[in-house]
Amino acid sequence: MEKRVVFRNNVLPYLLVAPQVIITLVFFIWPASQALWWSFLREDAFGTKSAFVWFENFADLFASAEYLNSFRVTLIFSSAVAGVGFSVALLLAVMADRALRSATVYKTLIIWPYAVAPVVAGVLWFFLFNPTVGMVAFFIKKAGVNWNHTLNGTQAMTLVIIAAAWREISYNFLFFLAGLQAIPHAFIEAAAIDGAGPWKRFWTIVFPLLSPTMFFLIVVNIVYAFFDTFGVIHAITRGGPNYATNILVYKVFNDGFINLDLGGSAAQSVILMIVVITLTVVQFRFIERKVNY
Amino acid sequence: MADVSIRNVTKQFGKTEVIHGISCDIRDGEFIVILGPSGCGKSTLLRMIAGLEEISSGEVAIDGRVVNRMEPAERDIAMVFQNYALYPHMTVYRNMAYGLKMRRMPKDEIDQRVRNAAKVLELSTLLDRKPRQLSGGQRQRVAMGRCIVREPKVFLFDEPLSNLDAKLRVQMRLEIRKLHEDLKITSVYVTHDQVEAMTLGDRLVVMDDGYAAQTGSPIEVYERPANMFVAGFIGSPAMNFMEVTVQESGQALKLPGDIQIPLNGSALSGWAGKKAILGIRPEHLELDSKGPLSILFTVGQVELLGADTLVHGHISEEKVTLTVRLPDVHRFEKQATIRLSISQEKLHLFDPETKKRIDG
Repeated sequence: MEKRVVFRNNVLPYLLVAPQVIITLVFFIWPASQALWWSFLREDAFGTKSAFVWFENFADLFASAEYLNSFRVTLIFSSAVAGVGFSVALLLAVMADRALRSATVYKTLIIWPYAVAPVVAGVLWFFLFNPTVGMVAFFIKKAGVNWNHTLNGTQAMTLVIIAAAWREISYNFLFFLAGLQAIPHAFIEAAAIDGAGPWKRFWTIVFPLLSPTMFFLIVVNIVYAFFDTFGVIHAITRGGPNYATNILVYKVFNDGFINLDLGGSAAQSVILMIVVITLTVVQFRFIERKVNY
Repeated sequence: MADVSIRNVTKQFGKTEVIHGISCDIRDGEFIVILGPSGCGKSTLLRMIAGLEEISSGEVAIDGRVVNRMEPAERDIAMVFQNYALYPHMTVYRNMAYGLKMRRMPKDEIDQRVRNAAKVLELSTLLDRKPRQLSGGQRQRVAMGRCIVREPKVFLFDEPLSNLDAKLRVQMRLEIRKLHEDLKITSVYVTHDQVEAMTLGDRLVVMDDGYAAQTGSPIEVYERPANMFVAGFIGSPAMNFMEVTVQESGQALKLPGDIQIPLNGSALSGWAGKKAILGIRPEHLELDSKGPLSILFTVGQVELLGADTLVHGHISEEKVTLTVRLPDVHRFEKQATIRLSISQEKLHLFDPETKKRIDG
């Protein structure tokens, strides 16, 4: 059966898609092409002159130790955020799936963190772990650890990972729970009769059947950790101490708006753009096809 | 190989009791069919035997051991699910091998068992396929293969044929029967399909709303239904019921419209003058113009099935509706009057109060 709607009017269909096209053009295509253009330019310190320098901005980036450090930091940060967000969310979802009583309350509470804006969440964590007034920091110090994330890079990294993952757990939890509930109960029962204990059942039946959800979340989580964690970093560490938490997206902001190196900053955002495009292609081309059973 | 003993088993979900005390002794190697309409608790009973539902009270024993507190895995049973529940991410081979692997059987023995079962079930060429690449009948076979390789004490079937088309269902029915004759493993088979029940079962347990209405061989259940539920449920089209009065002598029945049917020999002592329910199967009414036990029947709808003709209509002015099944093709005019004879031996009488069979 033909499900397509055929318009007789030649103008109406264009009018209907126009808002979406305009939004894409104004908020995506235009800034993106501007960034692409700027990434080939170099401006003087006062913004009066600019020169076209081809790929010099990119070459400078890959020669800069600071930028490579930022790449390394981003990789550590995003894999840790995805890892923590993943495993904790999965654990909580499995428990929520088993809970019979007050499951709704439990679910609602777990979803809450996602409703908190990243910057607000960042400020919350900043105060909790603040070396001078923070509650959590107080207990950590009691336990004998010298907590000061404003001085210790590893501690700063740990803190931003916790803050970023905390929010992501809610999101992952929702998808994992939906994924778990979509698995027909008969599979689990069949496996129970086949002699698999709860642990074996989870790893040989449930986990593989969750793989479509899993692959989707991997991509979403990496994209989140790469881009949406700006607020968390800005509120807690501002990329410091000593660039220990200076992830790529924060460096784009810092170089562009604080240090006013527009060309270098634009080149960085072009690289980030390439990363996100690659991830999207991977998701659609490779993963979505592979997990289809 | 084991016997299964179900002793006064009940099941409650919260405050509602869905199974009200069922007992049944299943002999070693027997094929038992639990038959009943949907919602009668038959699947719940099966799942309690499997260990997938907790037993509220009573006992289930397999091979002499009470299994109430045992995990499904420890009961040494295998089950075919309604939707087969084949693991979608595993090949046919791995689906069949899974249960053996979980029991830490050596690899070469697993391989041997899986290949044997595949040969028996004609799955040898499909071992590398995923379930989604199989037809309904093949999936069904894999589900059975997964059970066979385990060589369990008891097979449990939960409406395994209900997802197949009519032709395949007949074929699989025969295969299940043949498999059971070869392996002789005690089997409990749940279905709502009476043809499956009649053809597969050594004995049937007919369930009605959480009670076992009758337990017996298929022919016993057909010939001597214990109550009106069983009488109406077994047989297609369903048995005709009408209210009759037992005559003062207890020797004859008075049908609506002053039709009298003498009872053969045995008097219904204690029922003289009382009302009863008469049941006659459609196939036990015959077309007859001369017989002494004939009744006048007015034709309504006629259904030609080829081998048989189903005639719906009524007797007497009181509009007692009847369905008659006549062999061969008959073309009756609507409102035509025909004479039917009732064979005396095939009458069933029921108590209108308790709905139970009255034995004369």
